[in-house]
Amino acid sequence: MMANQYLAIALAPLFGAIVAGLFGRQIGRAGAHWITIAAVTVSTVLSLDVLRRFLFDGLPVYNESVYTWMVSGGIRFEVGFLVDKLTAVMMCVVTFVSLMVHIYTIGYMREDPGYQRFFAYISLFTFAMLMLVMANNFMQLFFGWEAVGLVSYLLIGFWYKKPTAIFANLKAFLVNRVGDFGFLLGIAAVLMTFGSLDYAEVFAAAPTATGATIELFEGRPWDLMTVICILLFIGAMGKSAQAPLHVWLPDSMEGPTPISALIHAATMVTAGIFMVARMSPLYELSETTLSVVLVIGAFTAFFMGLIGLVQNDIKRVVAYSTLSQLGYMTAALGASAYSAAIFHLMTHAFFKALLFLGAGSVIIAMHHKQDMQEMGGLRRYMPITWITGIIGTLALIGFPGFSGFYSKDAIISAVEHAGRAGQGFATVALVAGVFVTALYSFRLLYLTFHGKPRMDDHTREHLHESPWVVTLPLILLAIPSVGIAWFSAGPLLFGDFWGDAIFVAEGRDPLSHLREIWNGPVGFALHGFVTLPVWLALGGAAIATYIYLFNPALAGSIRKGLGPLVSVLEKKYGFDELYQKLFASGSRGLGSVFWRGGDQTIIDGLIVNGSARTVGWLSGVVRKIQTGRLYAYAFAMILGLIGLLGFVVYRGQA
Amino acid sequence: MMDWPILSVLIWLPIVGGVAVLMLGEKRLELARWTGLAAAVATFVLSLPLFQAFDRGTPNMQFQELVPWIETFNLNYHLGVDGLSLPLILLTTFISVLVIVGAWGAINQRVAQYLAAFLILEGLMVGVFCALDAFLFYVFFEAMLIPMFLIIGIWGGPNRVYATIKFFLYTFLGSVFMLVALIYLYLNADSAAILDLHQLPLGLTEQIWIFIAFLLAFAVKIPMFPVHTWLPDAHVEAPTGGSVILAAIMLKIGGYGFVRFSLPITPDASLTLDWLLIGLSLVAVVYVGLVALVQQDMKKLIAYSSISHMGFVTLGLFIAFAIFARTDGTSGAALGVEGAMVQMMSHGFVSAALFFCVGVMYDRIHSRQIADYGGVVNTMPWFAAFMVLFAMANCGLPGTSGFVGEFMVILASFQANFWYAALAGLTLILGAAYSLWLVKRVIFGDIANDKVAKLKDINFREGLTLGALAVAVLGFGIWPQPLVDLMHASVDNLLTHIAQSKI
Repeated sequence: MMANQYLAIALAPLFGAIVAGLFGRQIGRAGAHWITIAAVTVSTVLSLDVLRRFLFDGLPVYNESVYTWMVSGGIRFEVGFLVDKLTAVMMCVVTFVSLMVHIYTIGYMREDPGYQRFFAYISLFTFAMLMLVMANNFMQLFFGWEAVGLVSYLLIGFWYKKPTAIFANLKAFLVNRVGDFGFLLGIAAVLMTFGSLDYAEVFAAAPTATGATIELFEGRPWDLMTVICILLFIGAMGKSAQAPLHVWLPDSMEGPTPISALIHAATMVTAGIFMVARMSPLYELSETTLSVVLVIGAFTAFFMGLIGLVQNDIKRVVAYSTLSQLGYMTAALGASAYSAAIFHLMTHAFFKALLFLGAGSVIIAMHHKQDMQEMGGLRRYMPITWITGIIGTLALIGFPGFSGFYSKDAIISAVEHAGRAGQGFATVALVAGVFVTALYSFRLLYLTFHGKPRMDDHTREHLHESPWVVTLPLILLAIPSVGIAWFSAGPLLFGDFWGDAIFVAEGRDPLSHLREIWNGPVGFALHGFVTLPVWLALGGAAIATYIYLFNPALAGSIRKGLGPLVSVLEKKYGFDELYQKLFASGSRGLGSVFWRGGDQTIIDGLIVNGSARTVGWLSGVVRKIQTGRLYAYAFAMILGLIGLLGFVVYRGQA
Repeated sequence: MMDWPILSVLIWLPIVGGVAVLMLGEKRLELARWTGLAAAVATFVLSLPLFQAFDRGTPNMQFQELVPWIETFNLNYHLGVDGLSLPLILLTTFISVLVIVGAWGAINQRVAQYLAAFLILEGLMVGVFCALDAFLFYVFFEAMLIPMFLIIGIWGGPNRVYATIKFFLYTFLGSVFMLVALIYLYLNADSAAILDLHQLPLGLTEQIWIFIAFLLAFAVKIPMFPVHTWLPDAHVEAPTGGSVILAAIMLKIGGYGFVRFSLPITPDASLTLDWLLIGLSLVAVVYVGLVALVQQDMKKLIAYSSISHMGFVTLGLFIAFAIFARTDGTSGAALGVEGAMVQMMSHGFVSAALFFCVGVMYDRIHSRQIADYGGVVNTMPWFAAFMVLFAMANCGLPGTSGFVGEFMVILASFQANFWYAALAGLTLILGAAYSLWLVKRVIFGDIANDKVAKLKDINFREGLTLGALAVAVLGFGIWPQPLVDLMHASVDNLLTHIAQSKI
């Protein structure tokens, strides 16, 4: 019974994608959006139903194979679903945001010639993402993992005539592949260690592998679980854009805005977070890995947030904000606060999708201009976008009462009490990050919606609020951005909602401290006002208000005063340049050396053609003997005869 | 089992069909074309019962035929298939149909001869995979060179003479040593039956010499670094059909040679020299992958990509020994060997598809240079969709057949040594880099020049060819079990055999 429901959830978007993709011309634009929206609606409703059954009907965990993909070497590779509460939450987030984005796209892509193709892609993405979160084994996880990467590639390069877009999509795919390289090795390590790729079997056997070692270098044993977890985490760093594999995400903004919201904010980039939470029974066995995860997450959270301060492209600010927020989630994982990470993943999915779609709404009004320096004063023309933008911003900075407050506060508190190496740095970075977040968020808000309009007259005359297909998703996303935490924070963070889906080692619950002061959402929000992060957020907001609302000239002088720092931030710490030189140019250079030097000069030049030349030269020499003169031949024969005779006589005597 | 000699039919039907096409000649061209197509399709259809009737439970040779050939020397016309050769035969008959269909619009000179060459080649290639007599194998193995030599030499590009001579000498040089090895084995075993040779006890020194002789033949064929440089030249000069057959099937004969001859006849030498083969395979993956990255000619790029992918075949076969050394049991090794076989099949589809894609563009613009293209998607959207799909399969995207073999081999090599897996895994990055950079420069972007602006999207015939390959690529990516299932018994048998020393 449930099997059919799960199959329907996963396959409905695939069906929509195939129809819209292959028969786009026949069914027309309206046909394409109706069929894909209908399919995603089916998935959404059925996913919500699954969650409802888990909450109220005590639905048992589902873990069954759909079909046997392959049997080789005695190992069964299955395609199947594992649906527990973690999966159910992810399914709801994915399908709900996807549905909002589908509807929104009707407005955003209205004039685009690739309309049907776009719907096909986002539906295909929904299918791939569902396969990823619903997988019950590593092989299928990897399928979903790479399939979302494929669709991300196709969508970043959706406007294939744009040189920056097709550069960005190649970059995104390759950087993700670097992550996937580690991920695949991690999967291979899992198979070697446990002889299976099935989650349940691997997790059950995981404790037996503690203390096991692997010698990557002769005579230097490494802890096996640490190796496995770090390799898997490299995959998460690629997909969830953690430093130093973050470089693709800002460039991915070259794609249309709806997919920035869906793929590069709400769902795909959180796959790494989901994966680590899913693998919590493994990660809990490696303290070292968790420290690494903690530090990398905190580093990304703070330093990527800083870059957001100097960006002028509205989408790029939101993109750096996404990097930073993903850093928060990662840090939570590193603190063993998996539930806090997933909770922030969920709240972030709503408010970040809202912020992106809001930015998209602004971009529509601005005739696809994205530079905030040419905006300003838009609140008068687009009130819905403005108000929902404020809601998204408040949620993002963690204003008490908004959903982001609960999740971010839980993360900071968990990291404070993580009790493992790197915790000091992480706490400072995350708390300081709150201030930075508020600063860039309000900067964006003011530059876009407040102050004097700075756009040209033509644009200003045509400013108007976006159509309802755009604003409706904004409103529908604003609701959970405000209130989703009111009833979910308790059970998700402090209750035993997750059951066996998330495993935290005995006596190591970093949220226990917070649980003691938890007294319901209202009390907790009030308590927020006596904590440092909230005041930092308010401080950031206040400074942004002063600079960008009341004293715009100040921004320029601050920028001048902090010249070197600003230029470091504008160069994004030089990651892009370094990678371009080291990897892009480096590998091409190496390829050229191998090709010209190895293949052409040594193998072909020296050996192949060289041996041909040697044969030619040798035959030239031998040819000289064949003179065609009879007496020379006769002479040679006589010499030979004498030699032969001499030999026989000599042998006869001896 | 069949009550008719199915293998002989699969060998001789295309050859007879080829001769018929040749006799019909240019005068009755339409009839010749349809005759050729009928022969190829009939061969393919008749090969399908093999798949149906094949007994998956046994490693024994099936559908055997045995007729005395040269009785004085005890040589027999002995045919049979097992799980290692059967998939390759199906690949051959399938791809051959596509090549005949593909010739329809692309070839305008000496069409009948062209078709005949491919049909005869098809029969000979099936013969290679079916032969159970070492000298019968050798005859097919060498005879195969002649039609390919003609295909490149007559219908090839401007530098075809250099390419054909290089191709011929390279492969011939290798196979001469194999002939010496086969004669030595024949004299020792007093039998030319390949299965008898498998059982022949040999000392280590003998084995090493024989192994090297086989290696020269098969390493050139597959090809392995450093004897790979004939392949890019041959591909560049070959007509589309020639490249397709070369990449999709003829390279596989090298891999097939390893599993049919090298491993079972000289298991101890294979064990002793596995480091060499593993090393060369990894060089193929990394070095050749980097070389592929800097190619300016699309066919060269795909040729280098082929060499890199064939590295997975040899890696998958020879890590078996390293896995034996590390673990007890043969399960990891089976994963590697089956991965190698799957990789051969998948590469057959993917490389064929990519060469067809280049052919489609070449037929229109008459250039293989990447720089002459750009923004093809604007004028050929359907073609672009196929090209992106096959490029993704080429970089091993899960859900395509390209993933399966690489995945299995990487999983298996990790059991042998972390670094083998890590180096092999670099293909994830390199393969994506050269495949997708090609796509970026050729397919995406704004229309680069007038020629691209005038391009017409694929026609029905081209769509059929690429569509059939797309179905295969996706089909085996989504469900490889039917393919792998054919191999289990034979692979297990092979592994049990090679795990035992002959000394």
